[in-house]
Amino acid sequence: MNTTSPPRILNRLAVVSAIAPLILLGALVYWFFHGGSRLIERIVPPIEEVSIRRVEFAPGEIKLTIRNTGPMPVEMTLVTVDEAIWKAEFSPDRRLARLQEATVRIPFDWVEGDPYKVALFTSTGLSFEKEIAVATDTPKPTARMFWIFAAIGAYVGIVPVMLGILWLPFLRGLSRHWFNFLLSLTLGLLVFLGIDALKEGFEIAARLPGAFSTFTFGAIGFLLAFLVITALDTAVRARVAARGGDTALVLAYTIAFGIGVHNLGEGLAIGGAYAVGEIALGALLLIGFTIHNTTEGLAIVSPLTRSQVRILHLGLLGLLAGGPAILGCWLGGFTYSDFWAVFFLAVGAGAISQVVWSIGKQMMATSTGSLFHLRNASGFLIGMLLMYATALLVTA
Amino acid sequence: MNASRFSRRSFLSSSLLSLAGVAGLARIANGCMECLTEKLDGKFPIGKTRVAGDDIIPVSAENILPPKPYQAPQEGSMDPMKYLTSFDYGTVTRQADGSVQREYHIWAEDKELMAAPGIKFPAWVYNGFLPGPTLRATEGDRLLVHFENRATKPHTIHFHGIHAANMDGVFEIVPQGKNFTYDFTAEPFGLFPFHCHMMPLRKHISRGLYGTLIVDPPAPRPPATEMIMVMHGIDTNLDMENDFYAVNGYANYYAENPIPLNVGEKVRIYLTNMTEFDLVNNFHLHANMFHYYPSGTSLQPAELTDTINLCQGQRGILEFSYKFPGMYMFHAHTSEFAELGWMGFFNVKA
Repeated sequence: MNTTSPPRILNRLAVVSAIAPLILLGALVYWFFHGGSRLIERIVPPIEEVSIRRVEFAPGEIKLTIRNTGPMPVEMTLVTVDEAIWKAEFSPDRRLARLQEATVRIPFDWVEGDPYKVALFTSTGLSFEKEIAVATDTPKPTARMFWIFAAIGAYVGIVPVMLGILWLPFLRGLSRHWFNFLLSLTLGLLVFLGIDALKEGFEIAARLPGAFSTFTFGAIGFLLAFLVITALDTAVRARVAARGGDTALVLAYTIAFGIGVHNLGEGLAIGGAYAVGEIALGALLLIGFTIHNTTEGLAIVSPLTRSQVRILHLGLLGLLAGGPAILGCWLGGFTYSDFWAVFFLAVGAGAISQVVWSIGKQMMATSTGSLFHLRNASGFLIGMLLMYATALLVTA
Repeated sequence: MNASRFSRRSFLSSSLLSLAGVAGLARIANGCMECLTEKLDGKFPIGKTRVAGDDIIPVSAENILPPKPYQAPQEGSMDPMKYLTSFDYGTVTRQADGSVQREYHIWAEDKELMAAPGIKFPAWVYNGFLPGPTLRATEGDRLLVHFENRATKPHTIHFHGIHAANMDGVFEIVPQGKNFTYDFTAEPFGLFPFHCHMMPLRKHISRGLYGTLIVDPPAPRPPATEMIMVMHGIDTNLDMENDFYAVNGYANYYAENPIPLNVGEKVRIYLTNMTEFDLVNNFHLHANMFHYYPSGTSLQPAELTDTINLCQGQRGILEFSYKFPGMYMFHAHTSEFAELGWMGFFNVKA
């Protein structure tokens, strides 16, 4: 076998070069774990970190879901409720490895509507607190709650989007001059939604522990949405164009999808807040969401004013954009997690950015004058102002 | 077979299970009685139940009795039961003129202590204990307190009482590894706290550098079962706010381990308040009244009461005896402190 040809040697070298770094890395890790890191280790242990991820209220019980988000194992000890030591059951264990999760059950006869403060102490005496603004029964996934959340989702998602779509015949009546104005207005609406989603995502990410790198995970979600939709959009558009179809419908679906993911995030937030009693979803708030989201319907149909579209498509567009709000309400209401809320908000923002990009591209291709014509600019700003004004209704 | 342990566990699980509904109430009551019987050796009905119709319903079964520590004080922890009746009379030397000289040894050290169930507290303490030792002398004795600083920070001992300025533990700072001897006459008779007087004071006191000096009157007080109780806070997360409260170092210790007494037994408690951060602390005795001697500087009680309020550094002597057998609570009447560990029981036997 000593008559190997030069390419084979090269192959063998390639194999070695592929594996050697991994072996060396493994050896280095081994060495670190067996005293190699002693040189740089500090005597003072790193600070423990425990996050209280979820608080649930059941009759006679407060249940916490906690996670060790610090760099080292922790041992939980006492639990206080409103600064009084209280009995607590930890499962599976009081000792939590890094990133391990546990539930804490506190037998506690809480009062409906009262605020509470729970604190967890570790063996080193550090404490981690969570304030609950309003104690209220955490909804269980019962059939009734299921329908309540579905109704909320429909109110804030499907209904307003469908209402907005009803504007289509009116929009068709507008002169050609106003088409670009309308698209600009849509851009304004979408940019506002995108900024809103990002702001919301930043806020939630800021209150999450660093160990999750929520922010960067959200960035992945953002780019994932942008890239996947761009790829799909390009592929579908090419196919539709090849068949001589109408690419305006593709754009409408892309917008609907982007808004749909955004509404999923919105549903998560509403469901989550409703579940923990942070918002009382009164008539005013529902009306606010409905008016606010009606503008989303407008955004979806604005590219279709020059196309023939079947009613079926309009219905599907409405469902695609509004339906995810129901899904969001379910997820948020029954298993709310800040982490996934950030992710979905980021995905929504990514999807919306893609749509903005698509519409901008289309306007560039079709318009004769400058993209920054006064009409376009005013349409864009009016779109943002419209969103801003209607958003005031939902900041309850 | 450890029957009491089993009943305790069954109480815990039964109280959890019974959350489901009314049917579970009977189980709570049942389990709770078990737990109380365990706590009271089955002898002392302590009225923790009320009768509603035919059912006996526990009154706040969850929290009248503090949670059992899942980890008992072990190595590096204290024994507050022993501390309760430990008095350091010093090394006595009788002088030619008949006067008495007492020498004490106190050292300061950094020590990690178990201050509440499962919680380690990086304390600074005198003689390895939180609170520090209870020195005891008679009025007129010459006291020599040899202080050695084995801790990492400079410390002092500032005694309350009458003495010369250079024995006051304010200016004579004792660095790490150094010694100082406090030399003064025990006067007047009474109860005196001592504590480190290094700046920042709040830090040095809240970390645990305090203790008590009892100066007995020349004619001793009548015989009684004597106890020292130092009320204090425990700032486990070092954020300059108390997380827990205790007497004699360990949250809820005397609630978990009631102090045994007999009916008619005369009790004298030397009570001092060294609580940092909070303005006051207080002592409330259940189902009884005590004679109170503020600062212990008089042999005549100032009042007969069941609750006294003390600011930081304030102290006094309490005298009482129990008329009936049973389990009696004593605690801070500031409910917050009581529910964060400053609670205990006297287990009075017939």
